[in-house]
Amino acid sequence: MSDSKRNEESRRTFLKVAGITAVGGVGVPLIARALGPSATPARLARYAMLIDTRRCLQKDGCKECIAACHRTHNVPDVSRPVKPEWQLPEKELVKREIKWIWKEPFAHAFPEGESPYTEEGLKDKQLTVFCNHCDNPPCVRVCPTKATWKRRQDGVVMMDMHRCIGCRYCVVACPYGSRSFNWTDPRRYLAENEINMDYPTRMKGVVEKCNFCEERVAEGLQPACVAACPQRAMVFGNLEDQSSEARRLLRARFSIRRRPGLGTDPQVYYLV
Amino acid sequence: MPRDRGKILFGLGLFVLLMAFRIWYNVARGKAGYRPEVVRPTAETKCVESREYMVAKHMNLLNDWRDWFVREGRERSDRTYKTGDGRVYKMSLTGTCLSARCHANKAEFCDRCHSYVSVNPYCFDCHLVPKTGASSTPQPGAEGRRVP
Repeated sequence: MSDSKRNEESRRTFLKVAGITAVGGVGVPLIARALGPSATPARLARYAMLIDTRRCLQKDGCKECIAACHRTHNVPDVSRPVKPEWQLPEKELVKREIKWIWKEPFAHAFPEGESPYTEEGLKDKQLTVFCNHCDNPPCVRVCPTKATWKRRQDGVVMMDMHRCIGCRYCVVACPYGSRSFNWTDPRRYLAENEINMDYPTRMKGVVEKCNFCEERVAEGLQPACVAACPQRAMVFGNLEDQSSEARRLLRARFSIRRRPGLGTDPQVYYLV
Repeated sequence: MPRDRGKILFGLGLFVLLMAFRIWYNVARGKAGYRPEVVRPTAETKCVESREYMVAKHMNLLNDWRDWFVREGRERSDRTYKTGDGRVYKMSLTGTCLSARCHANKAEFCDRCHSYVSVNPYCFDCHLVPKTGASSTPQPGAEGRRVP
């Protein structure tokens, strides 16, 4: 009798302790999380780029943006080796080309061209293209080392060269061809007097791409291409800010994006 | 006892002697206590952290800086590092550590120790060593700028 009573009591105690533990261990953190500040920092900005195609195309053959970008970021021109023995064979030049921003014929940039008549006027025109800093970037999804990631606070698709192992999954994943792989030491194609000492070069075996000039934006400067454009055809702005120039232009003008059907949500808008 | 005992012992002795060549050769030349001489900056006497810490852990500090700068760039929006005693530095290998005021002479500071201990850090495969004497285009916030 006394034994079973003791049993009864210990079962009560056990259930009490178990109940308190359950509430304490599961419930309290849940409540705390619901009440406390959110762990993920709020998005302060959504950086995007607008390209006024009409203005851009007015100055046919202009490559100021490309020159400015590549000079700022020490992007090598593989057709101009520092020493003659580093000259690449002609057929290798395209494969080994490093580009952050370049010109693409309209028909390639927008392969799902809507009408044969639009194409008539545009298909040979060269449009400025670069990394779209997608909201849903496929390159980030495939990177096995998180060397590329989307910055939560402003949507910039970043690259950490220190972590890149050169697997080139991202090169394959990017539907816009925005990523280049360093097949050789890029310093072989950077003349000493053309190097920007304030930005590192890359090494053999890493992938690189446009970084939305995040190092300039952090200093409060416009991206190099925007600053260099003589036509003022490029606008860099924050889409979270209702009153920004970028938002105003997107409200006022019709814009298209490259291959939106892929679901990557690109953040480079072409005003037409 | 094997007949070749003498030969084996002689061979072993010779092997050890040859393998340890670098050691006894240096001892014989009186350079056993050799330590690399590094040229310390004169303009600046205080490093980011204490001297002992920097000698032992500078690579860890640089690794931390790398991650904080690249990966947490905007969380640490100004990309600066605050020392224990409140001094603030821009996190930059070439802009702060190798700046003209500090270790501008990489060959006589970094390289002497690195080659002595036979380490070959790949930092400088990408990061450009500022030219001694020649001043590069000043970047806002570089040059070991201190924010008071």
